[in-house]
Amino acid sequence: MSERGTTGWSDLMRAANGGDAEAYERLLRQVAAALRPVVRRGLARAGRSGADIEDVVQEVLLAVHLKQHTWDSARPIEPWIHAIARYKLVDVLRRRDGNFDLPIEEFSETLAAEEESPRLSSGEAERHLAQLPAGQRAVVQAIAVDGASIADVAARFDMSAGAVRVALHRGLTALARNLREG
Amino acid sequence: MRTDDLVHALAADHAPTHPSTGRKFAVAIAIGFAISASLFWVTLGPRPDIAEAAMTVRFDFKIAEALLLAATAIALAVRLAQPGAGTALQKWVVALAPVLLAVAVVAELFTVPASQWQTKLVGSMSMMCITAIPLLSLPLLMATLLALRQSAPTKRGTAGAMAGLVAGGLAAALYGMQCIDDSPLFVATWYTLSIGAVTALGAVLGRWLLRW
Repeated sequence: MSERGTTGWSDLMRAANGGDAEAYERLLRQVAAALRPVVRRGLARAGRSGADIEDVVQEVLLAVHLKQHTWDSARPIEPWIHAIARYKLVDVLRRRDGNFDLPIEEFSETLAAEEESPRLSSGEAERHLAQLPAGQRAVVQAIAVDGASIADVAARFDMSAGAVRVALHRGLTALARNLREG
Repeated sequence: MRTDDLVHALAADHAPTHPSTGRKFAVAIAIGFAISASLFWVTLGPRPDIAEAAMTVRFDFKIAEALLLAATAIALAVRLAQPGAGTALQKWVVALAPVLLAVAVVAELFTVPASQWQTKLVGSMSMMCITAIPLLSLPLLMATLLALRQSAPTKRGTAGAMAGLVAGGLAAALYGMQCIDDSPLFVATWYTLSIGAVTALGAVLGRWLLRW
């Protein structure tokens, strides 16, 4: 990971915390791209198929999102993301294969290999999304899959923007929990 | 669901301001301590001679030792709650209270004649001690585990154990105000046993409750 890339992520998250939603989205896309090769290697070493890569990537992204308050903005963000990715990858492997410990050191090499893969998708997330309560599912689906904004969804479902936000947050939290619990 | 779509939803859910991890712990532990302290006041209350006891080195050491243990455990718990945060320094600092206690035990052995060692160690209220400290620690343990649950501990067992050490240490400081056994020999035996039990409970609960 280049010096520039390093300051890049921390700066993006600081900008995001200052209210820059676009910086936040850019950060998550870059993190997803950097995670793919790491996850691919981790799964390969555990003798698992690469078909689950996107499941793990999405679980890490959800964790980064839901746990972002645990990042101390005075520090660089890479060790924090690295630790979350490692925890989640080990958790996924243990969940399915029993006891498993995984050394992930090469996270730092990956930004160079960054690639945009916008079409990659996770079957697990799809499956768990379908199990959310109807209201939450409709809101998450409209925003995620249809690309609607909070205001669009509020108008479409005749809800207040606040209620849409609450449903979205609860939906994403439930999605993360369901993914974790398989 | 495409990862791109998920990112879009996460960005829509982005809320810029969050209380820091340290602040969350401060609030949770303050609430837990208020509940435990009320419980202590209603059920036991301080010993009648607490004003005189506070003038003695042994009593003051006992209370300071418990508070030091809790404070150092809080520092480590806050670091364990944050992924990727280094914990090496905090782990060393947690050893401070046990080391000080060991020094106090040696000093006590030199000060008190050998014929009295056993009396000092057995004390008068050991059963009360090992019952009261774990019971008083429960609200604190739950509060600290809750703060950890809202965070992201990657070592769940260790984080849970630290919650136990925080709770046990603060509960010991409370119970210490009632307890009339002030000798380091008593403290090193019965307080350690009580706090150790709470720490073990924290480790078990942590592994189970702190998944994220």
